[in-house]
Amino acid sequence: MSGLIKSSLARKYVMALSGLFLVIFLILHVTINLASVFSPDFFNEASHFMGYNPLVQFIMQPILIVGVIVHFVMGFVLEIQNKKARSISYVKYKGSANAPWVSRNMIYSGLVILAFLALHFYDFWVHEITYKYVEASPENPTRYYFETVEKFAPFWRTILYVVSFGLLGLHLWHGFASSLQSMGANNKYTVGFKKFAKIFAVVVPLAFAFIALYHHFNPIIH
Amino acid sequence: MKLYLKIWRQKDASSPGKIVDYTLDGVEGDMSFLEMLDILNEELVSKGEEPVEFDHDCREGICGTCSLQINGEPHGPDRLVTTCQLHMRKFNDGDTIVIEPFRATAFPVIKDLIVDRSAFERIQQAGGYISVNTSGNTVDANSIPINKHDADEAMDAATCIGCGACVAACKNASAMLFTSAKVSQFALLPQGKVEAVERVQNMVRQMDLEGFGNCTNTGACEVECPKGISLTNIARMNREYLSATLKG
Repeated sequence: MSGLIKSSLARKYVMALSGLFLVIFLILHVTINLASVFSPDFFNEASHFMGYNPLVQFIMQPILIVGVIVHFVMGFVLEIQNKKARSISYVKYKGSANAPWVSRNMIYSGLVILAFLALHFYDFWVHEITYKYVEASPENPTRYYFETVEKFAPFWRTILYVVSFGLLGLHLWHGFASSLQSMGANNKYTVGFKKFAKIFAVVVPLAFAFIALYHHFNPIIH
Repeated sequence: MKLYLKIWRQKDASSPGKIVDYTLDGVEGDMSFLEMLDILNEELVSKGEEPVEFDHDCREGICGTCSLQINGEPHGPDRLVTTCQLHMRKFNDGDTIVIEPFRATAFPVIKDLIVDRSAFERIQQAGGYISVNTSGNTVDANSIPINKHDADEAMDAATCIGCGACVAACKNASAMLFTSAKVSQFALLPQGKVEAVERVQNMVRQMDLEGFGNCTNTGACEVECPKGISLTNIARMNREYLSATLKG
């Protein structure tokens, strides 16, 4: 088993499994967020549940944070190792001749997503922690819809979110579709899976972008 | 046709290299790429200059000896051919052609365009074989029935000539296509299953020790492979390795 931990294939499995875990989280996230457009009441209920349920707060949330950290730390480790594997670069390297741009630039799309996560954590997670544990404010199950819409009032934040969702789409386009290959699956079902993954990579980021733009252009009138 | 060549020249493994410009006239479309370099070398020798060193052997696309990164692609712009089978008709009069050695830390340059690819041999030695008795009691391989699909896939994997184009093409200099082809050619056959667990573990361990990069599924190796080795072999190796490790 120690050989597995040190091997290049183990790092591949870790990237694929942590990525698949984050994909499942994205499904949950986009579903709740869409409720903010179609049913503010349900959005408030779901957000309140996620914010105060001990299982979500103290088990699922730490697991999610670990998943994110593992995915990006392993991404950096792999990138450093890969650079070392070609210590002298080509004078001419025609990467576009044999591989799509998205697959060759996962580190850059990943870095943009990481920067976005910092902003996103500042916007929502830090705010939540401050509200609940620093200010020790009372529970208010109706505040979430208002707070979310308010966040998208500034044009700059909306644009940053939309651009990041674009990069998320590119990251998913290659990462999600190739995750089963990394785990060793390449059979008659993987063709269908790759199609599904690519549809997912378009639809989910578009849904996130739609939500941000919708709230920007439909502010709450005081 | 007249060509402008930019060729990597390096005296030896420890000296720094650089790109040197050459102009070569009278190149014909029916020449192979290596014949074009032969003519360049004849000119250089006649002028008393050091010829350009490059690897070659069979010149029939089967030995895996020739290499060369040509205009940013291993074995040049054509598909499913090695450098020796690349014809100059793929280029135009007045073209500039950049010729470099395959680049990977695990493939150090020996001289000019020649690289040391013995890392592949060490991976092969780590497990790319089956242990059979050759003392006179050897059973004919054809006496064991083998599913046609498996036999075909094993044969496809075995067509890997170990040229290193997969490493040269990969942005990470990963050797997973080569290693997986050598794992697959045995993993699919009954004779290979006996040592399957040790084979994949030992070959992957040696691949890592050699300093190759990690596979990020870009698929560049499959596109540039002169023998069309499929990415399905990498998936098979990933599966075999996971299974072997879980079995202990």
